[in-house]
Amino acid sequence: MRGRNPFSLPWSMVTPKHVYLSRRRVLASLLPIPAVAAATQRLEGIRKTGYGQGEKLTPYEAVTGYNNFYEFGTGKEDPARNAKNLRTRPWTVRVEGEVLKPRTFDIDEVLKLAPLEERIYRHRCVEGWSMVVPWIGFPLAELLKKAEPNSNARFVAFESFYDPRQMPQAAWAGIPFPYMEGLRLDEAMHPLTLLVVGLYGEILPNQNGAPLRLIVPWKYGFKGIKSIVRIRLVKNQPPTTWNLANPREYGFYSNVNPQVDHPRWSQAKERRIGELFKRDTLLFNGYGNEVAHLYEGMDLRKYY
Amino acid sequence: MGMAVLRKTLPQMLVSSAFLAPLFLLLYGFFRDSLGPNPVEKITHETGQWTLRLLLATLAVTPLRRCAGMPWLIRFRRTLGLLAFFYGLLHLLTYVWLDQFFDWKAMGRDILKRRFITAGMMSFLAMVPLALTSTRGWIVRLGGKGWQRLHRLVYLAAAAGVVHFWWLVKSDIREPALYGAVLALLMLARLKKKGRQAPRAPVSTSGSG
Repeated sequence: MRGRNPFSLPWSMVTPKHVYLSRRRVLASLLPIPAVAAATQRLEGIRKTGYGQGEKLTPYEAVTGYNNFYEFGTGKEDPARNAKNLRTRPWTVRVEGEVLKPRTFDIDEVLKLAPLEERIYRHRCVEGWSMVVPWIGFPLAELLKKAEPNSNARFVAFESFYDPRQMPQAAWAGIPFPYMEGLRLDEAMHPLTLLVVGLYGEILPNQNGAPLRLIVPWKYGFKGIKSIVRIRLVKNQPPTTWNLANPREYGFYSNVNPQVDHPRWSQAKERRIGELFKRDTLLFNGYGNEVAHLYEGMDLRKYY
Repeated sequence: MGMAVLRKTLPQMLVSSAFLAPLFLLLYGFFRDSLGPNPVEKITHETGQWTLRLLLATLAVTPLRRCAGMPWLIRFRRTLGLLAFFYGLLHLLTYVWLDQFFDWKAMGRDILKRRFITAGMMSFLAMVPLALTSTRGWIVRLGGKGWQRLHRLVYLAAAAGVVHFWWLVKSDIREPALYGAVLALLMLARLKKKGRQAPRAPVSTSGSG
């Protein structure tokens, strides 16, 4: 892959030899390296919930090794490899726009904002594969309520972290960054809509969107924006990245729907990761009882 | 097999074995369950990529033979072409079996509706007559000129293959663009040569018995 010519670095950036040597000593004395330990840090006091009982979990290795996170490369194995050094501390999330109390939350504050729950959700990618993941987090509504949306707020716009220096592969993704997503306010306030900080009992791995991501289980996976830094309540439907890139293929709503094909492939079936043959895709990814009322009277072919 | 025949076909056999290695790695990985979380996707991508690579390798024979002074390369053209067809067939079989599980109706819809599948199918269908008429007997039967005309379908197969890949990717077009660039280069080399050169050598020198 391409990289900056190392010889183009100014001498001012060269680490002095004594610092370099002492850092080696420090690192050696700290084995096993704490950074590695932090990557698999357990989350404590998680409340189990009844969501997804009876679903067979997708193995941890697949959940954390088969990802779409285009800032870190477009191959499925790229994010696990390239997101290792993403700095997730310090990290803040700005909640602003049509709210009475705009606020910047520190990530450690977010982690204590509401009781953490484990929820086992089906996760359906627009590409035709799916997983079952034990996410950890709390309803997005809890965070939004803290900012007190005003009566103008009808939509919620989300924005991902973007730093080309930490994400050099992003230049080749073919979509613009920072990544943007959006929901209608009632979708955002729905109890199934989850602000996720972990999975499989541990802090969210970087490749899965650390330190904070969205999961909307009845929508295609790309609606679940990763590494969120900004949440803005707005009056009008906000622009979203994939919709801008290709409006015919990726609608604003992007509810899982076996009847509405992606122009280039059918959405009628999906391959559950770990299974050889495909299974039928369910309307709203099987969460119709909970969410169908949100779209009553709407033509789902038109608002795909 | 006589020693003489063996000596004559050994280079082709070596080339075939080398290019069949990716298939054996895939089979090994499949049964060891080491192809990653989505083995069917992996098999689909690998067989598709090898089809394209081998098609381009086949198309590289003529320009390299002429420009780079490697006339002996012609001995491998048929081998490479048949390998491309073989990987294309595996790619199609993966789709028919592992992806669609013989759902003929769904596949029919796919071929008509999804343009990347239409292009892929076109590429494969263009290769079928080439594979069938790859023997010396067919060269004689069709006559050098006729055989050559028929085998120009390889350009369609390669172009449709690149388009198939291009239309499939979501946004990162680097890989299909690379294949497209190589194909364009190989075609350009042909156009340039054609103007200056005397008529080609009879095609019956291709293949190797």
